[in-house]
Parts: sequence; structure tokens; C-alpha cells
Amino acid sequence: MFPRMGSGSDKAVLVARGLTKVYRTGEVEVHALRGVDLDLADGELVVLLGPSGSGKSTLVNILGGLDVPTSGELTYRDHDLGRADERELTRYRREHVGFVFQFYNLIPSLTARENVALVTEISEHPLTPEEALARVGLEQRMDHFPSQLSGGEQQRVAIARAVAKRPDLLLCDEPTGALDYTTGKRVLETLSRVNTELGTTTVIITHNAAIGGMADRVLRMADGRLVSEERPARRLGPEELSW
Amino acid sequence: MRALERKLLRDLDRLRGQALSIGLVVASGVAIFVAALSTHDSLSENRHAYYARLRFADVFASLTRAPEPLVERLARIPGVAAVEARIVEDVSLDVEGAREPAEGRFVSLPREGAPGLNGLSLRQGRLPAPGRSDEVVVGEPFATAHRLVLGDTLVALLNGRRQRLRVVGLGMSPEYIAAMRPGAVLPDDLHFGVLWMERDALAAALDMKGGFNDVAVALAPGASRAAVLERLDVLLAPYGGRGAYGRDEQPSHRFVSDELEELRTEATLLPAIFLGVAAFLLNVVVSRLVQTERTRIGTLKALGYGDTRLALHYLEWVGATTLAGVLLGIALGAWLGKAWAEMYAGFFRFPETLYRLRPWIPLAAAAVALVAAALGTLTSVRRVARLAPAEAMRPEAPPSFRPSALEHAAVSRLASAQARMVARSLARRPLRSALSVVGVAAATGIVLAGAFWRDALGHLVDVQFSEVQREDATVTFNRPVSERAARELRHLPGVRTVEGMRAVPVALRAGSRSRRVELLGLPRDSRLHPLLDARLRRVPLPSEGVLLSERLATRLGARAGDVLRVEVLEGNRRERSVRVAGVVDEPLGFAAYMDTGALHRLLGEGPALSVALLTVDPRHERTLYARLEELPTVAGVTLKRALVDTLHETFFRVLLVFSGILTAFGSVIVVGVVYNGARLLVAEKERELASLRVLGFTRREISTVLLGELAVVLVAGIPLGLAFGYGLAALALTVMGPETMRIPLVIAPGTYAFTGVAVAVAGGLSALLVRRRLDRLDLVAVLKTRE
Repeated sequence: MFPRMGSGSDKAVLVARGLTKVYRTGEVEVHALRGVDLDLADGELVVLLGPSGSGKSTLVNILGGLDVPTSGELTYRDHDLGRADERELTRYRREHVGFVFQFYNLIPSLTARENVALVTEISEHPLTPEEALARVGLEQRMDHFPSQLSGGEQQRVAIARAVAKRPDLLLCDEPTGALDYTTGKRVLETLSRVNTELGTTTVIITHNAAIGGMADRVLRMADGRLVSEERPARRLGPEELSW
Repeated sequence: MRALERKLLRDLDRLRGQALSIGLVVASGVAIFVAALSTHDSLSENRHAYYARLRFADVFASLTRAPEPLVERLARIPGVAAVEARIVEDVSLDVEGAREPAEGRFVSLPREGAPGLNGLSLRQGRLPAPGRSDEVVVGEPFATAHRLVLGDTLVALLNGRRQRLRVVGLGMSPEYIAAMRPGAVLPDDLHFGVLWMERDALAAALDMKGGFNDVAVALAPGASRAAVLERLDVLLAPYGGRGAYGRDEQPSHRFVSDELEELRTEATLLPAIFLGVAAFLLNVVVSRLVQTERTRIGTLKALGYGDTRLALHYLEWVGATTLAGVLLGIALGAWLGKAWAEMYAGFFRFPETLYRLRPWIPLAAAAVALVAAALGTLTSVRRVARLAPAEAMRPEAPPSFRPSALEHAAVSRLASAQARMVARSLARRPLRSALSVVGVAAATGIVLAGAFWRDALGHLVDVQFSEVQREDATVTFNRPVSERAARELRHLPGVRTVEGMRAVPVALRAGSRSRRVELLGLPRDSRLHPLLDARLRRVPLPSEGVLLSERLATRLGARAGDVLRVEVLEGNRRERSVRVAGVVDEPLGFAAYMDTGALHRLLGEGPALSVALLTVDPRHERTLYARLEELPTVAGVTLKRALVDTLHETFFRVLLVFSGILTAFGSVIVVGVVYNGARLLVAEKERELASLRVLGFTRREISTVLLGELAVVLVAGIPLGLAFGYGLAALALTVMGPETMRIPLVIAPGTYAFTGVAVAVAGGLSALLVRRRLDRLDLVAVLKTRE
């Protein structure tokens, strides 16, 4: 019925079939997802493109266990996320998922190191906060509070916080949306490096088609559906991108 | 409806939990204000009307006996408007069915017509018929206590003769709104009653024909009371006058005045605390509201709304919340005031207790509450007015945290990230954190100041009736008797020990202050009335000089070593100087003690006793009291047990009801402070808490951030509040209770524990109420928007 966007030969860790999501606000029904099939392979970097309101964020929120689908099936390895309750979703997020948002969402009352430690303290095999911050190039700024860091630095702390638990899945919703060109590229470099060095399956949502160049796979969404899939012949380094 | 008014209504609805909790704090304060002031107003108005209607006298004097023609000379004293000469005598009463002896005060009624002063309000029946020596009007409270109805009889021991009297009427008098037996601390309707008898009949029974022994005087407007008192003393001195005194020393008037004074204090002190807390809460909530609505305020200004209009908009929110609390408080206060006034009617006897709520009281309450609320929110509202639209439409800078000195010392060493978040959040707004702690402390203090009365009164009863007054009964003789006569009481059935005392009415003067008290002569090592200091150690009775009870010493401003003038108010009316040898710590009464021998020398008389203290075998109580009543030398018997019961039934009950109200209202403050604090935290930390949830923290884990901060406030506020409550209790003791009662500042460890736990529970429940909001946190919505 719907085109299935799969990864082909690689083993899929996250499998979605026929996902729909309907929001009801008062008397209005909004169909945010109208049937999405998707497989995510271990270690791949996927860029998800699409205009505002196409359903990108809804899809990523469901994949990350922040929300549940109205219908359809979603499994992560042997976890059935389509029917998980609040407690199981919390565990899934805690053990397997890292998020990076447009607006960083750091805890203002904790330093960079402590923001990362927030995650490492509740994970099983985490990086140390120092290691995670070193990976994003912030080893010199570890004891600064968010209000003492620039936007790009804050976003890198957020990435360090997301990857410190060695997540299986790193979900980034417009990670460069609030950043200038140069800073944005540094953040993308960080994401790309984490993906290759740690082998973390990564999904990046963006408006910016140019970012697709650094992906293993580029998906496009429109009106609640996945409408196309491309595999660039060569995955570019973020430094090679320009827009 | 205008758009801005719609916004007001929706804001009220959205913040209804906060508005409700603040409204309740306002309501508590207003309720106490309205209840205490309206009760005060009703009682004092009742008293005023009662005094006016039955012409309550201004000056009083009693004497041994004077011939009737002296009245004319008294009436000619400048400044005297009217004189009522009467026969007044305290005698022993025998009422059928009564377990314990009672004392009756006989007051003569004029031969014809009503008394000119200190009139009688006849409630039932009629006045005694002229010439009938066996008819009496009985005070209604006493009759009610003994279930006496018209036609019943009772026996009085008049001048040594048992006389059977028939109740023909029931009455009341403004002279006995609180019927106090001489030397008593509290009115006691079961053991002390007033009886009115026709003048000739009473004169005949007491050998007083053609004479009188008591005078009531009304002053002309503008007359000098001091001059009249002095002149009266001179004229009455040859007739055994015991010193004239004004209303302020009239026992009933003084007792009611003390109580009224207390109500007035309650009406100011407590509401001030409640309204202060309400103002703080409003400040916290409105400043947060203004902060979150910054951009909206900017937009509205850009649309052309004026500064004043917008400032008013927020003041309207404050006004609506406060006014709702005021209305609830007025309703509650009126209900409470009515109940309070009725409770007072249990020991203040008015012909009718009319409760009324005069309009100025609720209006004043509303004005005071609104002013407090406006003061609390002034700074926030000023910020609304001053905000420049362009600046307002930009979001406020993110909260900035920087390492502080405290940081290096402690915070960074805290084990968990949650603990660090809590510590830094508290440290970033030290003033608000401190005020929250103060709010919890105020509430804790109020609860403790309400709860401690039970301990204090219990301790008072213990000390007074187990340590100080070790007798079971006190026998008062008509006139001084020999030591032997007193000792003979030992042979009556059931008497275990007897100890004689000499009691004599005196006026003690220290400089310009003076008090009329009983000076008691005790044996050197009294076993039944030991004199004790504050630590309950015996104070030896000196061979010369006088020991004062702490209350009396305070009242006179006298200390050990001072010299007092003692004016004896009976017999030869000597005046002497006596040195204060020390102070004894007695919870009840104004007492002065001397060695019996020293007192005899002071009086210039031989050994004589006027009071006997007895310990009694309870099995023979009834027979003993019956025998005592028959003795012609005995004027009255007072039972300690009866006194304790009266204390519990009247005065303590009022205090304990009051204490219950304080406990309940104190909890309202706790809920208000904690609930609003929690709501505010949720609002401020929504984003952080949502971030933590996204990172995989459970609801329970993020709750610790919220509850942790509240817990710190409670943990810091409760001990502070217990200390504050101790101070508040001490303050309450200086203003509450009759001046003759020294209620000790005793707070049992259990009461501290109860208070702490009650506040913690109230706080915990309010926090949990807010915690539910965390379950509804919309993670996606929160995180996708910029703060």
C-alpha cells in the first residue's frame, strides 16, 4: 500500500509499520502521520527532510518514545513500543535513546559537566562526563553554567549529554535551527563523528536539504507520509557541506 | 464584556488553586478579626446598655454598720449624683440536692420600688412582698445551676439561725455579670449565688435595723472620682468603712473588662500575621504572573492599552482574590463571633446576649485586607506599568547561575544532580526562599501558640492545686475565732488535718499603685499552703515582712526590699509600712502572705484565725459539709475540687476553643505557603523537568527536584516556627487570661512534635496536590517552544 522505506541488507533495529497519529484539539482532528513504514539499521545516519507540519517531529517523537502512535506497529529490537505504557517508555528512553533539540534544553542550574552527569548517573555503561564533553570539544568549558556558554557550546553540551549514555538511537530535532552557519557546521561535525566513532544510529530532522549530503540515507516527508528515499553515492563530511 | 475582563476571568480560573489558597489565608485573618471585634463590640455594648438600664454604680464601699441618716450626708458629697445604701452579707447556703456547700450573697431591696442604683432585672416571678421575711429573689445563674424553680425553698444560715426561704422570683444584676465570690479568680455559679431580700426582713435577720453596711454611689457627670472616694472614706471611717473603690476594682466589672481587652488584642495581633502572609503569597504569585505574561503585556501596550489600565488589570486579579477571601472571612467571622458570644454567655450573665455585627467591622476588615494585598503586589504592578513595550516583547534573559562562595563550599560536593539543582535554585533567589521559610515558620508558630494552651493550663492546675493548695476545703469564719475553736474542727467527721489562717482585707500601696487584696497570715511551716518559688522550691516565711504572689508584685511594681503601705480595711483600719520580703510563684490569685504572729502584731490584735484549711477523707465529705454548714461561726466552705471543675468548664473551655481555631487557621497558612510555592516551582521548572523526563528520568525522580525544594523550606521553616511559636505563646500569655492568673509558659515535647508533624503533613499534602501536575507534563510541547 505505502512505499516502505527500508535499509535493504543491513539488520533493522527499529521497525515501524503503518504508523498513524491523530491529534484531537477540541473538535479539530489533525492527522499528523498517515501511515508510515520505516526500518532503521544499526549505525546508519538518516536525515529527515520536509516542510513544517509534514510530520517529521511527530515521527521522531514516536520513535524516541516521547509519544505513542494512534495505530500501527513499532518495535525496537524485542520491545513493542506501539503498546508500551508510560513506565516502559521511560525505560526505553533511559536505556536506548538520546535526544538533541533545537533549543538545547539544558538545566540552567547545573554546569556542563553536571548536565552530562545527569545522564551518566542513571545509565549502565556510560562514557564519563569528561569523555563525552571531550568528544564535543568542550573539555575546557566543563564547569561553566549554561548561561556562561554560547548557543553552539550549549548545543554541544546537549549532544554530549545525549551521547554520554552510549545510546542506540540519537534523535536530533533541528539541532542547528537556532545556530549560525559556522556554529551549525561544528555541531554537525560533532554529530557525524559520534555516529562514526560510536556507531550510534542517528536521525537528524532538518529543513535544510544541504545537510542531506552527510547522511547514509535521506528521507523526505510531506503531509504525514514518507514520500522519497535517496542514498547519496558518497557520504560527505560536514565540512564539505555548504548552504 | 470587554476583552481584558474576559482575560481576568480566565486568569482567575486558570490560577484558581492559588487564588483559593490565598483567599483562605485572607479569610482566616478576616474571620478572626471579625469574630473577635464583633464579640468585643457585642459584649461591651450589651454591658453598656445593661449598666445604663439598671443604673450600675460608679463607686462602691462596704462598712461594718452605719445609721441610715448618714445616707443624706453621703448624698451631699460634691460630685455624687445618687446614693444607694444597702445591706449586703455573705452567708452559708443549704440547697437541697447539692453535693457541696454553697455561699450566698444577700442583697437588700428597698422597701418600695426598685433600687435607685444596681437595679435588679426580674426574669421570672415577682419581688418579695413587703414584710415577708421568708421570700427571696434568687440570681438566675445560681438557680439554673441548682435547678431551682419558683416555689422551691432553700436554707440560709442568717446570723447563726437557719432560715428557710422560698424562691418567689429569679433575677439578674449588672453588679454580678460575673458573679465572683470574694477572693475568687473566676465566677462560679454552682457555689456562689446572689439573693435579694426585702430590706426590713434582711435587717431583722441580721440585726441591722435602721442601719446599712454597703453603699453604691453614682457620680455626677464631670465629677472627680478621686475626690468622692476620699470624702466617702472620711465619712465612713467611724463606721468600719473598708475603703471605697471605683468600677475598676469591682470584681465583676474588672473580670469582664479583662476579657474584653483580650478580645481586642486578638483582633489585632493575629489578623496582622495572617494578612502579612497573604500579602507575601500574593506578591509571589503576581510577580510570577507578570513575568510569564511579559510578552503579552508588551503586546497589549503595543496595541494601545495604557500603563494604568494594565496595572489595574493585575490589581483586579489581586482584588478579586482578596475580596473573595474577605467575604468568606466575614461570613465565617460572623458565625464564629456568634458562637463565641454565646460561649461567653456561659459565664457572663446578661439578661439577653445579643450578638450584632456592626457594618464598620466587616468594612474595616475588607479595607485592611485590600490594603495589605495592594502593598504585597505593589512592586509587581509597578513593573507592569513601567515595562517598555519593545523590551517587553523580547523574552526575558534566561536565568543565570554562577558559582558562588557557597558553591565551592558545599553544593558541588552534593552527590546527586537533583540535590544540586535544589540547592542552586534556592540559593539563586535567597529572598524568596527566605520568605517561604518565614511563611512556614509563621504558620508553625500559630499552630504551636494554639496548641500549647492545653499544656500550660494543665501545668497551672497541677502547680496550683497539687503543690500550692494542698487542702481539700477552705472554711471561712464569720468573724475571727480563737485558735482553739479552729482546732476543734479536727473533731468533725472526715477531717484529717486542720490548719488555721488569719485573712484580712487590706489595700496595698506602692507609690501610686494600689490593690485591694486579702493579706493571709500563715503558720511558719504551712503544710497545706506551702509557699514556693518558680522552681517549686519552698520559700521560707520570714518572721517580719510580707511575701507577694508574682502577679501582685508585678501589678504593684514591687520587688523584694521595697516598702509598702498596708491599709487594713476592717476593724480599727490601721495603716502601717511593711517591707516586701520576697515573691512567691503562685499561678492563681493576688495573694500577700505574712507570718501569723507578724500579722497579729500588725493588726494589733491577739491570736485569732478567720480561715481554716482542711484535708478531708472523701468518704465522709457529705456529712462533714452538712455539719460545717450548721456551725454558726462558719460563713462559707469552698471546695478545691469545685474550683478546678469551674476552671475547666468556663475559662479553659473558651481558651481551648480559641486554641482549636488557631490550629485550624495555622494549617491554612501552611497549605497556602506550600501549595503556592509548589505551583510556582512547577511553572518555573516545567522545562527543566520535562528535559529530565526526556532524558529518561522517571516521574518519581523528577518529583524529587520539586519536592526536595519544598522539603528544604519545610525543614528550615518548622524549627524556626517552633521558636517563633514559643515567642508568640509568651506574648499571648502577657495579654490573655485574667490578670489574677499567671498561666505558665509550659510547652510539652509532645506538643512541639505534634505541631511539627501537623505542619509537615499539611505541607506534604499540598505538595503532593501539585505533584500531580507533573504527571500531566506535556513533554513535546514544553521542549519545542523557546522559553
